[in-house]
Amino acid sequence: MGFLTNLINGISLGSVYAIIALGYTMVYGIAKMLNFAHGDVIMVGAYICYCSMSYLGLSPLLSILLSVAGCTVLGILIEHFAYKPLRNAPSLSVLITAIGVSYLLQNTALIIMKSDPKVFPSVVEDLPSVELFGGELRIQAITIVTVLTCIFVMLGLTYFTSRTKLGKAMRACSEDKGAAQLMGINVDMTISMVFAIGSGLAAIAGVLLCSAYPTLMPTTGAMPGIKAFTAAVLGGIGSIPGAALGGVLLGIIEIFAKAYIGTELADAIVFAVLIVVLLIKPSGLLGHTTTEKV
Amino acid sequence: MDLTRMSRRGFLQLAGTLGVSTLLGGCGSMERRPYTGPTDPQKVNGVFRIGGIAPLTGPAAIYGTANRDGALVAVKEVNDSGRLKLELNFQDDEHDPEKAVNAYNNLKDWGLKALVGTTTTGPCVAVTDETNADGVFQVTPSASSIDVIGGVEGSNEPAKHNVFQICFTDPNQGTASASYIAEQKLADKVAVIYNNADAYSTGIFNNFQAKAEELGLNIVSESTFTDDSANDFTVQLNAAKSEGADLIFLPVYYTPASIILQQADAMGYQPKFFGVDGMDGILSLEGFDKSVAEGVMLLTPFVATAHDERTQRFVQAYKELTGSQELPSQFAADGYDCVMAIVQAIEVSGVTPEMPAPEICERLSETFIQPDFVVKGLTGDARWLETGEVDKSPKGMIIKNGVYEAM
Repeated sequence: MGFLTNLINGISLGSVYAIIALGYTMVYGIAKMLNFAHGDVIMVGAYICYCSMSYLGLSPLLSILLSVAGCTVLGILIEHFAYKPLRNAPSLSVLITAIGVSYLLQNTALIIMKSDPKVFPSVVEDLPSVELFGGELRIQAITIVTVLTCIFVMLGLTYFTSRTKLGKAMRACSEDKGAAQLMGINVDMTISMVFAIGSGLAAIAGVLLCSAYPTLMPTTGAMPGIKAFTAAVLGGIGSIPGAALGGVLLGIIEIFAKAYIGTELADAIVFAVLIVVLLIKPSGLLGHTTTEKV
Repeated sequence: MDLTRMSRRGFLQLAGTLGVSTLLGGCGSMERRPYTGPTDPQKVNGVFRIGGIAPLTGPAAIYGTANRDGALVAVKEVNDSGRLKLELNFQDDEHDPEKAVNAYNNLKDWGLKALVGTTTTGPCVAVTDETNADGVFQVTPSASSIDVIGGVEGSNEPAKHNVFQICFTDPNQGTASASYIAEQKLADKVAVIYNNADAYSTGIFNNFQAKAEELGLNIVSESTFTDDSANDFTVQLNAAKSEGADLIFLPVYYTPASIILQQADAMGYQPKFFGVDGMDGILSLEGFDKSVAEGVMLLTPFVATAHDERTQRFVQAYKELTGSQELPSQFAADGYDCVMAIVQAIEVSGVTPEMPAPEICERLSETFIQPDFVVKGLTGDARWLETGEVDKSPKGMIIKNGVYEAM
């Protein structure tokens, strides 16, 4: 029974990683940049939700919507002021700017919300948990909600990028920005939309993360952000099903490492996975191998 | 042009600050300017200047503000009664050793003659090095590591004879917890979850384990976490549950403890929980559902709901001072006892406020270690060993209906 419980905890943690990784992968796949501030957008989303529930007394659903809206706007603003001026700059400059944005968000949160941790109220408090095998195995409502959200988001994004006009425009930009522009696609607007969607997802991830692991601090998003990045690389960065698969696998690896190897080594093992993947299959589990002409 | 001038001035300031701090921090007592504080009777005017350092903002602010407010209650009581004239100046260290040393330097500019602080162990070790070199008498309300006083077995620091503790040392907390659990027969199978990246947590655990072995207490599961993984305890709780532990010992601070309690509740696991002084503060955590802490036990020397007159008078004064209905924690009582112990020692030794700080320090330290020097404080009748450790007996507390009660 311990094994099953650990497996379920792993899937639950992995689903949160997966949703964060989906945001990473969207932005990387289309804008071709690593948005290291993504983890901190998660934190901002969680704070917005926390404030709406605790200070404004809004319902969880309304708070989540507010949080998604807030993060979407934040994502567009970050893209506009920090990344857009660097559209033709080397990717290293963009990467460093992203790290700068990450620190900016963390420290702004530190000034506004102070560093003492907040206890995040679960958004699914009213839903009961499911008990199996006569109460031996208990699956919390938040676990079920997280897993379902993860599947829904993954399917939604796949549909969006393959079927809708805007989604196709995004894929076109990803393949060749210049050619896309010649075909009449507004590249700037499309990339802004990618950030909007990625940040909206980050808000959902933040709310789910903090509902399952209820402490909220300005640094809350940092570690999950980096682990989700690892998950995105594991699954094949740029690939939507890959991010979901990588996230879930990484969550299971982390929990199993904690349970059967040792809590001290869990993080080391998680990041060792990143190294192994980069050595053996740099394109990730579901990534495409591309040949580049030099 | 302005810009260059500005930045050059900025650079000089920076260089100046760096230079001064290297001089103070790096060269040790050899090149240190002897510190006396103001010694002109006219200027001193019969007022004892007592400095205070505590984290008033940041992650440990709950402890620090409680220390400060407790000390303020004591100062007001002493000044009102006319026993002595005290002036208290509290500085923020944000639970950061470097900022704590800066705060101490500010207090030297102000002219402190004795120090109350600091609240947490890391900053306190840094400050005690400074006070020891300067010869400033220091009593810490709650920094419980043996490195704070130095010179005892297992400590990494040399003995600092100017430093005394109001709280128990970490080893004593671990030993006392194991004895309490064994004596009261609270559990057959004990699990421990501790932070192995934290000296406080590991120190208590090691001594708990040693004592538990001696008393035949059965530890069935011990699991760890680090500051980076302090948001998910499902694995540790599962391990404890599958081993059938009926008590979990938590030598950790209140933030991880709050998550452990919530996750145990969510998974429907209801063992007894037993904490130490770091657990105190959990009821003041913003947004925390107090019902999951129901029945949590902790060893602590102070209970605000105790019915004796002195506790009640303190609680009343504390509420008036803070203007809130929140009951004072153990840390507030520690702060109060700090000031009261210093005041009692001043009266016994007969030092006067215009004496130089090192002389005051020497005489107060001698007074503290006299066998007949007993401070009847809120946190128990305290005596001090030559090392600076306190000798008093802990009380068990239990959380009932969202407040602490004596067990």
